[in-house]
Amino acid sequence: MTGDPARGPSTLLTGGVRAVNIGLAGFAEPIRTHGGACAQVEWRPPAEGDRALGLLLARLEDDPDDPFGAQVARANAEAVRRIVEGRPVAVDVRTAVEAIPGMGARTLLHAGPPITWERMCGPMRGAAIGAMLLEGWAATPAEAEALADRGAVEFAPCHEHATVGPMAGIVSPSMPVIVVENQAFGNRAFSNLNEGIGKMLRYGAYDEAVLERLRWFAATLGPALGRTLRASPVDLRDLTARALQMGDECHNRNVAGTSILIRTIAPALVRAAPDDAAAALEFMRGNDHFYLNFSMAACKATLDAAHGIDGSTVVTAMARNGVEFGIRVGGTGGAWFTAPAGVPDGLYFPGYGAQDANPDIGDSAITETCGIGGFAMAAAPAIVRFIGGTPADAIAYTRAMYRITLTRSQAYGIPSLGFAGTPTAIDVRRVVESGVVPIIDTGIAHRLPGMGQIGAGITAAPYGCFTAALRALGRRLGLEEAA
Amino acid sequence: MAGIVRQRVFKDTYRDSVELMRIATDLEHLPGVTRAGVVMATPANRDLLAGAGLLLPDAAETWPADLIVAVAAESDEAGAAAMERAAAALAGPARPTGEERRAAPMTTLHDAMAETPGANLALVSAPGAYATAEALKALKRGLHVFLFSDNVPLADEIALKELAERKDLLVMGPDCGTAILDGVPLGFANAVRRGRIGLIGASGTGLQEVSCLIDRLGEGVSQVIGVGGRDLDDRVGGRMTLAALRRLAADEGTAVIVVISKPPGAAAAERVMAAVRQCPKPVVVNFLGWTGEAGGPRTFEDAALDAVAMARGVARTALALEMPDPPPPPPAEPRFAPGQTEIRGLYCGGSLAAEAALVLGHTLGDAGAGRAAIVDLGDDRYTTGRLHPMIDPRLRNQHIVEAARDPRVAVILLDVVLGYNAHPNPARALIPALDDARQAAAAAGRDLVVVASVCGTPDDLQDFQRQHTMLAGRRVWLAPSNARAARLAASALGGAAPSSVDPRGASRPPGEGRAGGAR
Repeated sequence: MTGDPARGPSTLLTGGVRAVNIGLAGFAEPIRTHGGACAQVEWRPPAEGDRALGLLLARLEDDPDDPFGAQVARANAEAVRRIVEGRPVAVDVRTAVEAIPGMGARTLLHAGPPITWERMCGPMRGAAIGAMLLEGWAATPAEAEALADRGAVEFAPCHEHATVGPMAGIVSPSMPVIVVENQAFGNRAFSNLNEGIGKMLRYGAYDEAVLERLRWFAATLGPALGRTLRASPVDLRDLTARALQMGDECHNRNVAGTSILIRTIAPALVRAAPDDAAAALEFMRGNDHFYLNFSMAACKATLDAAHGIDGSTVVTAMARNGVEFGIRVGGTGGAWFTAPAGVPDGLYFPGYGAQDANPDIGDSAITETCGIGGFAMAAAPAIVRFIGGTPADAIAYTRAMYRITLTRSQAYGIPSLGFAGTPTAIDVRRVVESGVVPIIDTGIAHRLPGMGQIGAGITAAPYGCFTAALRALGRRLGLEEAA
Repeated sequence: MAGIVRQRVFKDTYRDSVELMRIATDLEHLPGVTRAGVVMATPANRDLLAGAGLLLPDAAETWPADLIVAVAAESDEAGAAAMERAAAALAGPARPTGEERRAAPMTTLHDAMAETPGANLALVSAPGAYATAEALKALKRGLHVFLFSDNVPLADEIALKELAERKDLLVMGPDCGTAILDGVPLGFANAVRRGRIGLIGASGTGLQEVSCLIDRLGEGVSQVIGVGGRDLDDRVGGRMTLAALRRLAADEGTAVIVVISKPPGAAAAERVMAAVRQCPKPVVVNFLGWTGEAGGPRTFEDAALDAVAMARGVARTALALEMPDPPPPPPAEPRFAPGQTEIRGLYCGGSLAAEAALVLGHTLGDAGAGRAAIVDLGDDRYTTGRLHPMIDPRLRNQHIVEAARDPRVAVILLDVVLGYNAHPNPARALIPALDDARQAAAAAGRDLVVVASVCGTPDDLQDFQRQHTMLAGRRVWLAPSNARAARLAASALGGAAPSSVDPRGASRPPGEGRAGGAR
């Protein structure tokens, strides 16, 4: 038997060879010179060279033809949908004990993953002492410490009560909290009111000025804002979108957000609390970060709706307690994956340096988890001043975050990137594979209680949190790690 | 002029007014669009739209956080096109743009996929410990995989190939050195002209040898699909050989198919042969270790000659494999010292080494047992922590000089492999070792014969002809194929060797009839 002549061109690949080259760079050139496309991967062993983890990662990759890959893909698609469709609206300000489910009369909420009184860092202990004084549980700092030593105070992470607090994040029962309702999914999230920069409770200060301000919050500012928001709810997704186009990233820069908030609520505030409106507006005007806690609660409300989806590899919380950095992931229930918190890289106020800095602290990384903050740094080039960077660096930071996220926000556009949406929905798999860790804009607290903010800068989530989360996901799905 | 008004509300979508005006201007430039408004649904903006006759009743249910797109157009089509354009503009660019765009390093398959729309193939040459994960990720993303890495566990290979079968994809490897897909060379491939013969091989240098011989016989290849040396291990079952066979059977540009393999498992070989019998196209099969009709081993040259003969519809005897000009000098009569009775084959190509061992075993016969030792220097135990000898000649050069010092060695047999990614001038790289070897043998009063074949084509970057000239200049006996080089080595040894081997290659050795294996 002899062959017929060929009946047509020989084609194996539709569209010609379009290759990705993982490894020897020399293989790319002959492909290109023969008309093929070839993208060269600057490959390095994924998962820091942990072969078994790298294999687990591969097995968890999306794949409709594989039960694990299909489940993860489905779960993440749902998580992304919920994040993208989230519609956080500020609807009220009420006391924590009224508003926050599970908030007991002797509960103090704190920032970050769970931590005991004994292990708390200076600023967090100071803030807790201040809160005990504020609540009248103790008359002196020594009494407060003794109370906590005896275990008479119940400490719990804010995050486990749908709450977020910047820095020490201490929330006590009588404190007024912002109530944000996710109107797409019906869940609520909470945050305390921002005190301003300097010696504040969230940095562990508890002198009379601090406590006086908090009493005014409870007696005047909180109720006034509560009446205002009940009468005129504020769409925070819309507000954040505007602020991003005005140079904020809504974590460490909130000038525009605060200004828009004031402008938005001012008429309703005057109507709702005519006697207190002037003082309230004056306070907000003097605090460029007043919007931060609104932004955080909005992010928390958005992400909580995407939590608890079996198989999801989407990060739903990143938070620090000043000792440990922790993350939570959509598909691993209430588990925290923690690693020691690092000291941020940043600029210090005159007279302070890295030796004075407390390790990373606060729930405010919820903003990055939701695709703003450091992830939107390209929208807020002023932020990179803190690390001596340029606007190009800010853009590079944001670009890097696209590599570890599943989608782009439909609500939050970045002008300098052609209005591309911010990188949204951090995927544990992408972080573990690429070694690119989420970046976080942050303030820097003094390690001693009550000294206040001593700088600001940029920090990164520890890689170890993500490898631990990936392993846990694998176990939950019943995937054994190869030997 | 009768017009229509179209409107769409994007709920809870905020865009800066400047951006919205830009989109509106863009819409107004579309053919058939007379007027466009793209605004946030504030009362003032709604009044503006109403004043322009662009506000429809379904905008009644909006609040200020909603965005309204409204156009007046000459036709439904123009209106629909404008709505589509607006939706795309609001969705934003698929990827970030802007002047500050910086190329981020691509360190993962995921990164590279984002930069390679329509990707259909992954080349994986990561260290074996990590190769499985990379190949798995590539398959999951729907890519064919060229898996160059070695040291991939057999169980991983089986799992990868099972998945590839389910997804109708090819896993070419592991330990796959070569492929030519749609005319694009992958790995260690040669510059082979395109043609109508499709090659499938569980054997890297075997594919290179067959494809080069086909080229030098005047034909070309449609596809060269490597499947990895273990594909016809019974535990792998020839999965990718069968998958490749199905593809080539369906490929319009393939008229004749060649299947080659290192010695296969019996069950896998039977599966492949069953598929070959069902194949509507002529298939030349050449499994190393299988015997031809005439009783001798089937060689890669046999496969090439059979395939070309079939493609042209001519008898195999009508084909001649020529050496390039200028012809090599005729071999001088060697004067071996007593005790010089052995052939030492020092190979870069594993399949070429295996073929040489088979040919020598057959040619030397029982009397030749122990007289030929073939070393595959590309084997894992030589390449750990070292570049492959096709790229780095140093290890083989050491072995050449050592062989020359061995009083038993009469003949050194070599392969010289050209092609993409191989050493840029392998003959030149051999010369110092050949000179040292001659000197060492001469100093001990011994003659030394060096026999080689060059696996390459005239279009290879290394200059096929110049490689021959350089080797001939060092008195290397040259043969036009590896199989003939092995026979030439046997003949140089004398005694049991056939006497009629012609290094010009114009005639075939006697005793080799029309080989079987083709249907």
